[in-house]
Amino acid sequence: MTAARAPSSIRRRLVVQLALVAALLSVVFFLALRVVAERATEATQDNILAASATSIADAVYTDAGVVRVEIPYSALSMLGTVSEDRVFYHVILDGETLTGYEDLPVPETRGAGRDPRFATTLYRGDTVRAVVVRRTLNADRIHRVEVVVAQTRLGLAAISSRITTTATAIGVVFFLAATALSTFAAQNALAPLSRLAEAVRRRGPRDLRPVTAETPTELTPLVGGLNGFIARLRAALTRSEDLIVEAAHRVRTPLATVRTQAEMVHLQMEKPENRAALRQMIRAVDESSRSAGQLLDHAMVTLRSDQLETEEIDPADLLRDAVDRLSPTADLKDIAIALDLPDATLRVRGDAILLQNAVRNILDNAIKYSPADTQITVRLVPGATCRLEVCDQGRGFVVEDVARMPERFSRGSNVEDVVGSGLGLTIVRDVAEAHGGALDITPNTGGPGACVTLVLPCS
Amino acid sequence: MRFLLVEDNADLARALTGRFAVDGHVVDHASTLADAELATRTVAYDLILLDIMLPDGDGREFLRRHRAQDDPTPVIVLTARSEVSDRVGLLDLGADDYITKPFDFAELEARTRAVMRRLGGAADNKKEFAGLIFDSNAGTISAGGRSEQLRNREMRLLEVFFAAPGQIFSKSHLMDRLFSFADDVSENAIEVYVGRLRRKLSETQATIETVRGLGYRMVRRE
Repeated sequence: MTAARAPSSIRRRLVVQLALVAALLSVVFFLALRVVAERATEATQDNILAASATSIADAVYTDAGVVRVEIPYSALSMLGTVSEDRVFYHVILDGETLTGYEDLPVPETRGAGRDPRFATTLYRGDTVRAVVVRRTLNADRIHRVEVVVAQTRLGLAAISSRITTTATAIGVVFFLAATALSTFAAQNALAPLSRLAEAVRRRGPRDLRPVTAETPTELTPLVGGLNGFIARLRAALTRSEDLIVEAAHRVRTPLATVRTQAEMVHLQMEKPENRAALRQMIRAVDESSRSAGQLLDHAMVTLRSDQLETEEIDPADLLRDAVDRLSPTADLKDIAIALDLPDATLRVRGDAILLQNAVRNILDNAIKYSPADTQITVRLVPGATCRLEVCDQGRGFVVEDVARMPERFSRGSNVEDVVGSGLGLTIVRDVAEAHGGALDITPNTGGPGACVTLVLPCS
Repeated sequence: MRFLLVEDNADLARALTGRFAVDGHVVDHASTLADAELATRTVAYDLILLDIMLPDGDGREFLRRHRAQDDPTPVIVLTARSEVSDRVGLLDLGADDYITKPFDFAELEARTRAVMRRLGGAADNKKEFAGLIFDSNAGTISAGGRSEQLRNREMRLLEVFFAAPGQIFSKSHLMDRLFSFADDVSENAIEVYVGRLRRKLSETQATIETVRGLGYRMVRRE
């Protein structure tokens, strides 16, 4: 029906094929039932016809050398019971009509046995079933008596049509039942496949264990192939992860050497132009390492955002952790971090690693853009949504930049002199959106600076 | 202070050792986990700086054993990775803090200080000059029973003077101590911090003296 346009479906094919088989069987069943039933009816008519003809033949007698016949009433009445069919008879004595319809044809027979012979012929525009019974009568001489009894087949047709109706009904019911059963059977047969698909679909992004779900033998090659694929994928991922770690190690360690040496030389250097050159070198090292870190973080956020590993998290813990982690850095610039948390414990459903990363990025940004001797306020504002707010007293932002600041590699137009990759806010926004939240950038109400807020749905 | 540096890269180890020496710290270097285990068994260190990828194993393995032995020596991990889950794993294993290579030396120092403060500090963190007691760990000065809290930059500045009382330090030297390479500040910025320090020292016998054209030094008040 719709098989042509939809993608091929095993279930549909199974159902259609089973339904076709059911239809074929229904037709065969219908035909067989009709044939058997009609044969049975025909046999009944034949038996009555034979009985009738026999009783007429038995009623032929000789009276003083004259052959007479008295048609017994029962001989014809027994035929009348079948239906309104007309009955014809013809008694022939030695080839001459004794009584009855002269034009009623005698069924062709070979030989002259006593057994009744049947034939279906056309008589007076109707199909009739005729029987002939032969007798020899021993009177003055041997007479040959033939009794032909015929009956139209209207009743038979009526019965046949009733049988057809019944057979059709039974066939249709059989077909419907078989189709329903085949749908069910197809569903049932394909259930392990759905279970397997569901088991694979439900997996976390880093779940690369082989599939161990119980599967029927027919699916064993598929599961084997899938597991082989998973193993190869795991090997490839492990290899690339190892490669990244190894690459990071190999690049960052010499960078650290360069930076440390440069710092030492800088300490001993007196000439301002040499010092400036060294400072530039150190900044370049910082920028490259920072970009590498942010790129890795961003890749990790993208990977995890597809399938979050959520748990219940206290957003206050997220802020406390980030402040603990970054306060030594803030301290270096005499930046004080004020932590303002509500008394009530709040709950956020989310991926702890992603949220930590986002909060750390916001705070890291705030420290980076804050001048020395200022304060950063980290606040958790409860409400319909939880607002994790970080306000600094830095240079703030240019209003026109707000919309594009969270874009990848896009930075504010007033920060060219500060090292940055343009990925920090992208990470924050991606994490917020993955959690059904948002990133808010607003001017600091109490003076210069900006407030960057991670808005999360919470309870 | 005495540090153990566990790092297999000889160049970086040499650079770090040299840089620590500038600040007057003694650094022992171990390039394998086996050397590190041997060193921790024989010497009591104030701090262990641990690299993760080492030729004879994973630094995290060392960390696990170190914690299993109830060794209270703080450990700061030097990691080349920056994936957060790795950082979290490190802290779970008992690292006191971590820092990603390459790092700002001032940041490493700040983290070391924070770890020390959290753990109660090294034994010899108090220094005395002209009746002024300077606790670099707590960031306080006290004289005659009065105690005052220093801010981070004031404390780091005073630390330089306390390392060699009477010695003249140039403005550029002091700036290197106070400002990071990301800060573009003029040499005059140092005057602000010297001024603040002078105010906090005003009630004590110690003071910071300007040596015209050369820099500053800490002297006993006359």
